[in-house]
Amino acid sequence: MILTKAQYEEIAQCLVSVPPTRQSLRKLKQRFPSQSQATLLSIFSQEYQKHIKRTHAKHHTSEAIETYYQRYLSGVVKDGAAPVLLELANEMDYAPSLMARIILERFLQEHEETPPSKSVINSMLRDPSQIPDGVLANQVYQCIVNDCCYGPLVDCIKHAIGHEHEVLLRDLLLEKNLSFLDEDQLRAKGYDKTPDFILQVPVAVEGHIIHWIESKASFGDECSHHAYLHDQFWSYWNRSLPLQATYDTITTSKYPSPSSLLS
Amino acid sequence: MASPPGAEVCKRSGRCSGRSASGSPLPDRTGHLAAEPADPARVSSRQRQRLRLVALVYSAVMAENLVPNLFLELYFVLQLLTARRMVATGDSHPDPGPGAPDSVGSPLFRNVHDCVFFAVQVLERQLQVLSYLDKGTLKLLAENERLLCFSPALQSRLRAAYEGSVAKVSLAMPHSAQAVSFQPETDNRANFSSDRAFHTFKKQRDVFYEVLREWEDHHEEPGWDFEKGLGSRIRAMMGQLSAACSHSHFVRLFQKQLLQMCQDPGGAAGVVLGEAPDVLSMLGADKLGRLRRLQERLLAPQSSGGPCPPPTFPGCQGFFRDFILSASSFQFNQHLMDSLSLKIQELNGLTLPQPEPSEDEGESDVDWQVRQNGGERRQFAVVMLSLRLLAKFLGFVAFLPYRGPEPPPTRELQDSILALRSQVPPVLDVRALLQQGLQARRAVLTVPWLVEFLSLADHIVPLLDYYRSIFGLLLHLHRSLVLSEESEGGMCFLNKLLLLAVLGWLFQIPTVPEDLFFLEEGQADGLEVDIEASGRGLDSVPVVDQHLLYTCCPYIGELRKLLASWVSGSSGRSGGFVRKITPTTTTGLGARLPQTIQGLQAQLAQAFFHNQPPSLRRTVEFVAERIGSNCVKHIKATLVADLVCQAESLLQEQLVSPGQKEGDPAQLLESLCSQLCPHGAQALSQAREFCQKKSPGAVRALLPEETPAAVLSSAENIAVGLATEKACTWLSANITALIRREVKAAVSRALRVQGPEPAARGERRGCSRASSLAVCAAISPLPQPQPQPQHDSSSLCSCPHQDVLALAAGPRDPEEGVSPEHVEQLLGQLSQMLQCRQYLCPPAEQHLAKCSVELASLLVADQVPVLGPPAQHQLERGQARRFLNMLLSLWKDDFQVPVPLQLLLSPRNMGLLAATRPRQWDLLLFLLRELVEQGLMGRAQIEACLGSLREAQWPEDISKELATLFSLFLAEPHIPEPQLRARELVQPNRGTVLAQS
Repeated sequence: MILTKAQYEEIAQCLVSVPPTRQSLRKLKQRFPSQSQATLLSIFSQEYQKHIKRTHAKHHTSEAIETYYQRYLSGVVKDGAAPVLLELANEMDYAPSLMARIILERFLQEHEETPPSKSVINSMLRDPSQIPDGVLANQVYQCIVNDCCYGPLVDCIKHAIGHEHEVLLRDLLLEKNLSFLDEDQLRAKGYDKTPDFILQVPVAVEGHIIHWIESKASFGDECSHHAYLHDQFWSYWNRSLPLQATYDTITTSKYPSPSSLLS
Repeated sequence: MASPPGAEVCKRSGRCSGRSASGSPLPDRTGHLAAEPADPARVSSRQRQRLRLVALVYSAVMAENLVPNLFLELYFVLQLLTARRMVATGDSHPDPGPGAPDSVGSPLFRNVHDCVFFAVQVLERQLQVLSYLDKGTLKLLAENERLLCFSPALQSRLRAAYEGSVAKVSLAMPHSAQAVSFQPETDNRANFSSDRAFHTFKKQRDVFYEVLREWEDHHEEPGWDFEKGLGSRIRAMMGQLSAACSHSHFVRLFQKQLLQMCQDPGGAAGVVLGEAPDVLSMLGADKLGRLRRLQERLLAPQSSGGPCPPPTFPGCQGFFRDFILSASSFQFNQHLMDSLSLKIQELNGLTLPQPEPSEDEGESDVDWQVRQNGGERRQFAVVMLSLRLLAKFLGFVAFLPYRGPEPPPTRELQDSILALRSQVPPVLDVRALLQQGLQARRAVLTVPWLVEFLSLADHIVPLLDYYRSIFGLLLHLHRSLVLSEESEGGMCFLNKLLLLAVLGWLFQIPTVPEDLFFLEEGQADGLEVDIEASGRGLDSVPVVDQHLLYTCCPYIGELRKLLASWVSGSSGRSGGFVRKITPTTTTGLGARLPQTIQGLQAQLAQAFFHNQPPSLRRTVEFVAERIGSNCVKHIKATLVADLVCQAESLLQEQLVSPGQKEGDPAQLLESLCSQLCPHGAQALSQAREFCQKKSPGAVRALLPEETPAAVLSSAENIAVGLATEKACTWLSANITALIRREVKAAVSRALRVQGPEPAARGERRGCSRASSLAVCAAISPLPQPQPQPQHDSSSLCSCPHQDVLALAAGPRDPEEGVSPEHVEQLLGQLSQMLQCRQYLCPPAEQHLAKCSVELASLLVADQVPVLGPPAQHQLERGQARRFLNMLLSLWKDDFQVPVPLQLLLSPRNMGLLAATRPRQWDLLLFLLRELVEQGLMGRAQIEACLGSLREAQWPEDISKELATLFSLFLAEPHIPEPQLRARELVQPNRGTVLAQS
């Protein structure tokens, strides 16, 4: 689906400092009933990620961490059942899952002799039952399920969507009788960078020659396109020729090569 | 135009022409002065005689290659031809009267008339060389009015040469940055010593291209500096190349990219201009050609630095030079030299196809051979240009430590430097390669790259014994390349001209001592090689054409610029020279879609080859070449032979029929040809059929068995297309001439023998008249451009699950909640998705499994917020039980990953239950029993969970209830009828057994 730049900007405008919760998403849906939930969530998620990238650092100063932790502690002492952590995150304009991580890390530092390893923290975030403190476990859990942009659940959903689109793309290629090598085959051949599919016989789409296809299954806004261009697409180009990047939805502004077209 | 280049030339050439004593008038070429008209009548007869004599001697010296640089002399002569007027220098020389005797010391050129007269005299004797110049130069010469005025005969010969010339030279250096494709054979992990080296190289490749792209974008901007912009990034990247093997990988990439970008791709019809290819392809081939010429006129530098410029690194070469300089890495340079040396030796030793000695009568077709040579020439040009490029960079890197901006060392310093340098072995034994090249008569391949290599040497190099001997050999070779000597099996004219041009250029380079050419006489004797060795070498094959000559020696183009500047200066009479540029537009060309598609097909084919191993392309091109050639032979053997048979029988009929006997053979031939030639049209359709039939099998036989089907079929189709194109192009141009010639031969044979045997008439195949001469139809070897695929994104993933869980975990707005229908739908969807499995990947399934357990916990704890009347905010227990049953069946039948059921009894989930008021344990008990019942969890496992649960810290009342639950669960024996047990437990016992607090 293609969105005009103006439409996109109108949506993005509504997302300035809005917490990443299901309520925000519902409001967005009411405001733009013609857009699908997936499109809106995708834009929301990307806009929010941009926001977090910009502000990430200020939440990770040791002063900030200490303030948050103290506020959390005093909050749960007052009422352990209240959504203390979630409200703290919303108030600080930070992603609940990321706030949960900060507090959990701080909590573990205090209660364990050795500083917690990343894998331990990740595992506790994935399954809060492992968190030694019951109240904190509940608080963390609440943050994770209420965050529609960050956290292990969202990561998994994104992964699943990506996988699904790869399957769809593969079906399409098979249906069109296009011969291709997929990521696994490329890896087996020893390619150092692997896009989703490399076409064994290139095709032309709207006058552009396509060699590779990388499905992003997300909203293709200019910023993320540039980022992908930097991280991935040029790497492919460096090894061969232009590719096709497919997005769920893209804006109709002009992109630099490689050409990005609609799937 | 300022005078310095001209003045420089005059000075350097001065030693040959013995001209220009101080104080005498000098020809002036400054454009803003109106040209003085030149008149042959104003050259005195005495002066004529004198000038003629000097011209004769001068021409003889040129002809014997006694001047270092032939083209420099030609440049000087053309300067004389286009001199505008004489200017006095110093004290003005009194013009001697017509009768005054000429002293030897008196100036040779007294006025413009003398200059032009002398120039035309010399040009008359250089006609042979001139006629090999490019068409544009010939046109300018032929249309020069001074030349017409002084020698109409020369003018008409030049015009004839111009009209006969096909040497249109276009020097727009096409370059399109294409990345070197990843080839698993050389680039995959197995070629690296460690994972780290592999990944480092992966990063380096990306940095390299990033740097390259940045250079492409910025290097033309004023004020942009390579070192400032990219230097530190390049050095950082080089710093990571720790392992020696990584260096060799990077050098390979560097060298490949160098070759790919800087080499003239020789007839690549694709993108040349830096514009969007789709817009350009809309213009069509004809207009694209014009556009290219226009671009050349607008972009080509007005002067490339005179007729003898110092070595430069034009265009993309600059990037690679600056990269080497900025990297300033000893290791990199060493690896690069190794790699360049190897590649040079490899290419230099390549067997280039020799002309096949005529195997049969058919092969001796002149046209056919020309066509063959076309391919051969292209191949030679590619190899030679690659070699020159590699050698230039080898010279650049090898002599880099010794070259500097400072002037050549003084004599005193020289000796110690020579002693040092003479014991350093050469980076590549170029002397041996030169000797081999001369012996094998491949000088035309070896010398041009050797010249590039030597052109980057420092001042000391020509003084070193080793290189001195090379210069000696080159001087010897130079002297032997007399253009007027053309012998059977000797070197071709253009080959010689190329060697003379490159050697002449080398002898004039600042680092080569000026007197070398005149002093080194006879030094080569000791090293003399037997150049006269028998056997045909590459030297005797016409591998050089004007395009290659001008590509290698762009400075020859200065001759043309000189003539053109004369024309533009003498405005008014220039007629058609300064042409108006007609604007053209790309709009409204949309209707020419077929051409665009053809262009796209060609691009697709290029793109296809790019990603495949190079051997695939070679195979396809080879097959196309051979099948195309075989096709022509086949047509000759069948169609043409049939036609000849027909001709013979027709002739027979005519000869026996009365009244025709005395017919003129020429007339007879004409009538036969006019009857038979139209049949030639069938050749094209037969050729298509032949190529279609033969090519795929050949491709299939030559490609690896494992080639994927799609690749194979594309390769086959491209081979068919190329072969058909080759055969049809030749046939449509030559079939009539071929038939005519064969028929003529047959007629003259028949007439000689007087009567062919009648039997020949009997068996001939009926040839139906071809209805129309169809032009070679474009076949499409590749899939047509695909329409955009569409799909409905029917994403069945875990978003809704998260919503339900989030709603349950709160906080929630008062109006938020889940309807039981929604939960049911959700579970139904989940089941469907798990059964379909198409879009599932293990991590997603694991997450779903976890979520479903969480959902069960919520149901058990009665924590699902139900939508509905405010009074009833909880799920009806029967419904909850139904959902639990659905979940149980999901866990049992649909999930294929382990379901973390123990989470049901995790302290956190138990906490949920503990938090409800009133607490109800019946659903949990029910669930636990069912789990055991359906074999999803073992009794022991549940007991262990309950056990550890009791160890946790709970409020008093909950601990008690937990203990009760535990004992209740333990007390229940295995019951085969769950329905009955459930009813019994839930209905009457609920109140008594489980506390309601």
